[in-house]
Amino acid sequence: MLKDRTVNALAARRRHPAAIVILLLLGLVVTGGIYAFAAPKPAQAAVATADDVAAGKKLFLANCSTCHGLNGQGGPAGPSLAGVGAASVDFQVGTGRMPLSNPGVQAMRKPNKFNDEQTKQLAAYVASLSPGPAIPEAKYTSGEGNIAKGGELFRVNCAMCHNYAGSGGALTRGKYAPSLHGVTGTHIYEAMLTGPQSMPVFNDANITPENKRDIIAFLHNIDQNENVGGLNLGNFGPVSEGLLAWTFGIGVLIALSVWLGKKAA
Amino acid sequence: MTDNGSSQQQGGEAARAGDHDRSPVPLDQGHVEGTGGIPARFADPGLPPHVHREADQSEKAARKAEKQVATMFTISIVATVLFVVAYFAVPGERLAYVPYIGQASISNLTLGLTLAVSLLFIGLGAVHWAKTLMPDEEVVELRHPQRSADADRQAAVDGVYAGGEAAQLGRRPLIKYTLGGALGLFAVPLVLQMVGGLGPLPGNALSTTMWRKGLRLMRDPEMLPVKASDVTIGSVYHIMPEGLDKHGDILEEKAKSAVLLMRLDPSDLKVAKARDWGYQGIVAYSKICTHVGCPVGLYEQQTHHLLCPCHQSTFDVTEDCKVIFGPAKRALPQLPITVDNEGYLVARSAFHEAVGPSFWERG
Repeated sequence: MLKDRTVNALAARRRHPAAIVILLLLGLVVTGGIYAFAAPKPAQAAVATADDVAAGKKLFLANCSTCHGLNGQGGPAGPSLAGVGAASVDFQVGTGRMPLSNPGVQAMRKPNKFNDEQTKQLAAYVASLSPGPAIPEAKYTSGEGNIAKGGELFRVNCAMCHNYAGSGGALTRGKYAPSLHGVTGTHIYEAMLTGPQSMPVFNDANITPENKRDIIAFLHNIDQNENVGGLNLGNFGPVSEGLLAWTFGIGVLIALSVWLGKKAA
Repeated sequence: MTDNGSSQQQGGEAARAGDHDRSPVPLDQGHVEGTGGIPARFADPGLPPHVHREADQSEKAARKAEKQVATMFTISIVATVLFVVAYFAVPGERLAYVPYIGQASISNLTLGLTLAVSLLFIGLGAVHWAKTLMPDEEVVELRHPQRSADADRQAAVDGVYAGGEAAQLGRRPLIKYTLGGALGLFAVPLVLQMVGGLGPLPGNALSTTMWRKGLRLMRDPEMLPVKASDVTIGSVYHIMPEGLDKHGDILEEKAKSAVLLMRLDPSDLKVAKARDWGYQGIVAYSKICTHVGCPVGLYEQQTHHLLCPCHQSTFDVTEDCKVIFGPAKRALPQLPITVDNEGYLVARSAFHEAVGPSFWERG
C-alpha cells in the first residue's frame, strides 16, 4: 500500500499534466522548424510580406502603370510583366533602367529613382502578380567561386557581346551590350536569369547557379585586378589601341621626320 | 597678234566683271598660241646661295652648340646609369598608382622610361650635332657614265669564249648537254618542296563537319547534353557536337562544328523549312560566319538578329538566318535537329551544305 502510493506519487511527478501539451508543442516547433529549413521555398515568400506587396502596388500605380498597365498587363508603350518575376524588377529598377526616362532603342543605366527598400517592394508586388524568377540568394552572388571556370564560361557565353574584358560593345542599330565593370553580383545574376532587353536568357539548365556564381567571381576578379601592363585604353581591343598608335604615334614620327629633313639654315 | 590682243582685252574685261561672271571658253578657242617669250630651254638656275649657320660664323655659338650636344649625350649616360640602378633596386612585383596610367608595375615603368630616354637622347644629340656643327655646304655630284670602255667590254667577252674553248665545251657536246640537263633538273627539287610545303589538299574537310545523325547537342564548354524542355524561349545555347572532346583534331573540328541553339515562338519562324528542321521552335544554326568565318555569337533575343562581331554581318533568325546587313553573302546553314527517346536534342543529319566562308570549289 505504502509502496503503491510512493510509486503513484513518483509516477504522478514523472508525468506532469502539462507534459502532453509541452511535448505536443515541442514536436510541432521541431517539425515546423525542420520543414522551414528543408522545404523548397517559394520564390520571395521568405522576404516579401503583404505590406511590401501593398506598398509596391502603390509605387507601381504611381510610377509604372502608365506604360505597363494598371495590372502589369502591358500596353502600347510597355510590355506585359506577366512572369518576369522579382529578379527582373530588381535588375531593371535597381540599375536605374526603369522607369524609362525617354523612349529609345535601349534603356540605359542611370541613377536609381527608387531606394533599395522601394525596389524590393516593387519586386514583391510584380512577383505577386504571377510566378517568375526570384531575386537570387546571396551565396550565388557574393563573388566567391571558381574564377578560372567562370572565365571559360564567360568567354563562351558572354564575351562576344560584352567584350573579353567585360567592357561592353556595339550591337545592331544603336543598341549595345553595356560594360560589366562595377556591376553588383546580384544584378549580373539577374540579367543572366531574365535576359533583359536584347540579352538572351541563360536559365539554370544552360548555366547552373554554381556556374553563374563562377562567372560573377570572374567579373569581380577582373574589376579588382591590378593592371600590370599600364594604360589599358578602356580594354576595347584594337580600336582604341589603333587610334592611339595612328594619331599619337605616327604624329610624333611625322614631326620628327620634318625636323630631320629641314635644312639647318 | 590680233588674237593675243583680243584675248588680253577679254581677260581685262573678265577681270573687271569679276572672276565669278567669266563666261566659259569654248573648247575650240581655249588654246591660244602666242609668242609668250618662253625660251626653248630653261637655264640651270643653280643652287640658292648658301646661308651660313650661327655656329659657322661665331665661335661662341659653336661652343654653345657643342655644349648642347654634350648635354644630350650626358642625359643619355645618366638614363643608362639609372636603368642599371633601377634594374637592381626596384623590386619587380611592386605596383603603384601612376597618373593617366593607373596601377602599374614600377619596375617595368622605370626600366622602360630610362631605356627610352637613353636611346632617344643619343639620337637627338646626333641630329643636333649634324644640324649645328657638321658641314652643311651644298654639294652637287655629277653622274658618271656607267658603260665601260669598248676595249674592256670586248676583253671580257673574249675571256669567256677563251675559257669555253679551253674547257672543250664546243668540241664535247655530250658534256654540254648533260651538264645543262643536270642544272635544269636541279630546279625541280627546289620547286617541289615549295609546292609540297603548301600542305596536303583539303579533300572534303571544308565541306564536312563532325555532325551526323544521332549526335547529341552538347553545351560548350561543359559538354553536357541539352534537354529540349530546358531550352526556354529567348534562350541561346552554345553547342558543340557529342564526342568533340575525344576527337583527335579537336581545334579544327571545334572551329567548324560550333552551333548556336535558340528557341523562338514557332510562329515567329517565317520559313517552313526552318520550322521543320527545328524542334518546337528550337532551331540550330552554324555559328561560323559565311563571310570569313568569325563566330557569329551576338544574338539579340528581341529582334532575333544574329550579329557577327568582325564585320557586322547580320542574320535574321526568323527568316532562316538570311543576311540582312553586312558583307556576308550566304545564309547561315541550319542543322536539322530532333529529340531522342530520353528527350535530349540530337542532330537529325549532318549539315546539308558547307559551313563557313566560301571557297574555291564551292564558289
